[in-house]
Amino acid sequence: MKEPSHPQAERPHRPGSDRVFYVCLGLLGGTYVLLLAATVGADLFYTTPGHFWRALQSPEIRQAIRLSLLSCTLTTLLSLWVAVPIGYLMTHVRFRGQALLDALLDIPIVLPPLVIGLSLLILFQAPPLRALERVFPVTYAVPSIILAQFMVAAAFAVRTMRATFEQISPRPEQVALTLGCSRSEAFWRVVLPSARRGILTAATLAWARALGEFGPILIFSGATRMKTEVLPTTVFLELSVGNLEAAVAVSLLMIIAAVAVLLLVRGYGLNATLNRPL
Amino acid sequence: MIELDHLTLRVGTFVLRDLSCRVPRGCHVALMGRTGAGKTTLLEAICGLRPVLSGSIRIDGRDVTREPPGARGVGFVPQDAALFEHLTVRQNLAFALEVRRWPAARIATRVEELASWLGLRLLLDRLPQGLSGGEAQRVALGRALAFHPPVLCLDEPLSALDDETRWEIAEVLIDIRRRTGVTLLHITHNRHEAARLADPILLLRDGRIESTPVSAA
Repeated sequence: MKEPSHPQAERPHRPGSDRVFYVCLGLLGGTYVLLLAATVGADLFYTTPGHFWRALQSPEIRQAIRLSLLSCTLTTLLSLWVAVPIGYLMTHVRFRGQALLDALLDIPIVLPPLVIGLSLLILFQAPPLRALERVFPVTYAVPSIILAQFMVAAAFAVRTMRATFEQISPRPEQVALTLGCSRSEAFWRVVLPSARRGILTAATLAWARALGEFGPILIFSGATRMKTEVLPTTVFLELSVGNLEAAVAVSLLMIIAAVAVLLLVRGYGLNATLNRPL
Repeated sequence: MIELDHLTLRVGTFVLRDLSCRVPRGCHVALMGRTGAGKTTLLEAICGLRPVLSGSIRIDGRDVTREPPGARGVGFVPQDAALFEHLTVRQNLAFALEVRRWPAARIATRVEELASWLGLRLLLDRLPQGLSGGEAQRVALGRALAFHPPVLCLDEPLSALDDETRWEIAEVLIDIRRRTGVTLLHITHNRHEAARLADPILLLRDGRIESTPVSAA
């Protein structure tokens, strides 16, 4: 049967311009980028090189920088230490109560940071941990900073590693098993190298989270100068005594440190991807 | 030789029940069937990648039903080749031998041998991401054959290739069988491919295996 002719159907269809679509997306996303740039710009214009220099000369701030770098790095290593095995197990093993465990792992992401600090403080009041503290002081000492940062940063690292392992095809691992690998050999030789971009992302995220952590540290570690003072604590302390210039200078320092680490790690990640042979 | 004896497999609610067949040593068998018939599931069970509910799998007379994949002597080539992307072609070919802790000199000799045979000599120091589909399949075949397995399981190894490359790899499979005497179990949807390469065709239908001579396929 002949299809009835429609004069309108003969006209070539002309889809709308892609440019309008991209401009709309750009406008929507651009507002956020603008806000970000404006806040950094506001900090930059508020401070002067003199403020910045004076902040860097302060022994308290120098100590806070050192402690921040040390605690963030240790927190990152600890976060990866738990995130890689949890991420792998959660994607490769099915077990009863998995949904509950999944929710538990997300608690540090959704809880207010102050609550995490409070929970840690209460936990370390329990008799066994109190006994431990007599030998190895944690609360209001440097280990408490690392523990507080770790509680939050590890949750983000776990999420990232889980997404990473979910995206990796199981086929190469299965082939490795048929080629004679045990499960652990296949993990070390095939799965882990395939996950290295994810590991790098998890490390970056954990480091950045740890650097910005303040709430749990304030509760669990206190804000004692030259002892438990990390950069966010410095901003808080300087603000509390009305030294806005120093607070802004330290904030800028944190922005610079975070951007430098992100660029460094991402640059290395890109190189590692481009030059893959080990 | 592959022998399946009353094999029952379950994946979720899907069940392959009471499968029995015998593939003689050195035979190239095409495993055919509709999408979702359970061909890959069966192949994975033979490779040891899926647990068996009941029945047994024997490779060259040895019961491997409860053996781990690496102890079965089955080389596996999946559809997408699944090369190890972080390793060079040379390292991919040497993988099974390094796992088996062969001496370095013996590994080097075997890799050279495989590379010459499969036309991979110029690619040895390349990474898999730059290889064409045909090259990747040849590397996957070499990697699976490196440790001299008596059985090679191929999951649609030619399906993602263009016509010219497909027949080129088909020739490689014929050559592999001639040179090594390996038993080949090969999943395919392509009857021409099956007719060109296989002796009998095993048809997986309604959860059962039917054997068909090539001419009748």
